[in-house]
Amino acid sequence: MLPDRSATASTRRTPLFLLAIGALLLFMECGGQEAARRPVTLTVFAAASLTDAFGAIEQDFEAQHPHVDVVLNLAGSQHLAQQLRLGAPADVFASANPAQMTVAVESGRIAPEAPEPFVQNRLVLITPPSNPGRVEGLRDLARPDVRIVLADAAVPAGRYARQMLEAASQDSTFTSTFGQEVLSNVVSFEQNVRVVLTKVVLGEADAGIVYATDPHGDAADAVRVLDVPEPLNVAATYPIAPVRDSAHPDVAAAFVHFVRSASGRARLTDYGFSPTANPPS
Amino acid sequence: MVFPPPRTHPPEDGGAPRHVWRRGRWTVLSLPLIGFLLIPLVALLVRTSPAALGENLGQPEVTQAIVLSLKTSLLATLATVLLGTPVALLMARRQFRFRRALDTLIDLPMVLPPAVAGVALLMAFGRGGLIGSVLADWGLQVTFTPVAVVMAQAFVAAPLYVRSAIIGFSGIEPELEDAALLDGASTWQVVRYVTLPLARSALIGGAVLTWARALGEFGATIIFAGNLPGRTQTMPLAIYIGFELDLGMALTLSAILMGISFVALILIRYFLL
Repeated sequence: MLPDRSATASTRRTPLFLLAIGALLLFMECGGQEAARRPVTLTVFAAASLTDAFGAIEQDFEAQHPHVDVVLNLAGSQHLAQQLRLGAPADVFASANPAQMTVAVESGRIAPEAPEPFVQNRLVLITPPSNPGRVEGLRDLARPDVRIVLADAAVPAGRYARQMLEAASQDSTFTSTFGQEVLSNVVSFEQNVRVVLTKVVLGEADAGIVYATDPHGDAADAVRVLDVPEPLNVAATYPIAPVRDSAHPDVAAAFVHFVRSASGRARLTDYGFSPTANPPS
Repeated sequence: MVFPPPRTHPPEDGGAPRHVWRRGRWTVLSLPLIGFLLIPLVALLVRTSPAALGENLGQPEVTQAIVLSLKTSLLATLATVLLGTPVALLMARRQFRFRRALDTLIDLPMVLPPAVAGVALLMAFGRGGLIGSVLADWGLQVTFTPVAVVMAQAFVAAPLYVRSAIIGFSGIEPELEDAALLDGASTWQVVRYVTLPLARSALIGGAVLTWARALGEFGATIIFAGNLPGRTQTMPLAIYIGFELDLGMALTLSAILMGISFVALILIRYFLL
């Protein structure tokens, strides 16, 4: 009785055992050979001002790497930096200023030597086409009846705008209280630079300060763009870096490399950015 | 909302045997939700030290946000009660052609994401909007003002009061109002001395819910009213901004918001109802 029983048990076990080995072999083969072709989702955290340019770069990159699905998480850089700090899964971070990249580095999610500047931007003044506030230049922003929308001080675009106003206040052709007068005309501090654009497109505000690259496509016809004179304007430098704990470090590195490559730079130029001088090493 | 006291069956009425409602089983099954609701609130308080609370309370941005939130949410509630009570009476007392459509309309803001409410308000009352463009011709702009905050809050929160009031009015026996009318009371007197007092707890309960929802309004406010400290930056907006700039401030405001809501609900439950 007893030996009989154990015999049936072992015959039952054999095919299962073989199946397990087979499955293991299959799995190992996949792991060894197919790793590069297995579908990969690459999560890219990008500053809101990169919305259009990175949308195009996403398509270019996916065309070159058919197994990769790039997912863009677009928001104010300060928001993305906080999400990274709190552990949001991500593979690449492109920030609109070095300060928010530093936040991500200090949280340990990005290696200190990883961030590389990849693109530059500058600020412009925008008004609705009908120009209800009769704004013809930076100086008009200090007139008491003008309603201005800016990005919040936490947002890179908001910080750059404040730098610009400060520079103007120190300029001899402006009054020293110019910056304060402009800030007292602000009716709303928005969460990212694209909301500033939207509120001006809708005609809710008389003027806003955004990046030169923001009024693009449909929005270009929906606002009037006024240039800000060169010595006052700021050079906004965008750094990019792979996230340290990325699940696909090779693909993340490939994406960063692609953004900084000749074709990536060409795309960024298409959308009005000026690529930084140093090409990828 | 006012809950009726637990209904227990007297032994002789042949209801379900009481042992079905023994406490143990339902206590155990209730624990997951109770814990889920309670633990985040406790975690928030644990992370807020009393010292940091006091320090952050001294910041002008914090006090501005608290004062603005209290003012706007109370105004939104007042406006809802004044404008919502006639609607609730209409719905509870009259049969009319578009009653069902109106019923759906009243519920709609509760189902809509607040962001949709914000965009819709902007399309209606923004400077380029349906009504906003007319107002703009008279030199009036609603967006970016505290009025816009009150409007966003009322739009999102009014259905809670109206819904509760309809239920309250519907629960009144028509004979009571008829009797008062027969005794020579005017319509206004009937409403004032019979209908409103009898629906009192439903009205107060609904108003409290509307107020609490208005106090917490975020999505419609930030889109329609914008974000300016002291003018349109209510507590939820300051919490959202603070989360990115100054976590301590966000925690303080969250704890305060929670405290205000909690105390208000307790006061209402024990003193007014």
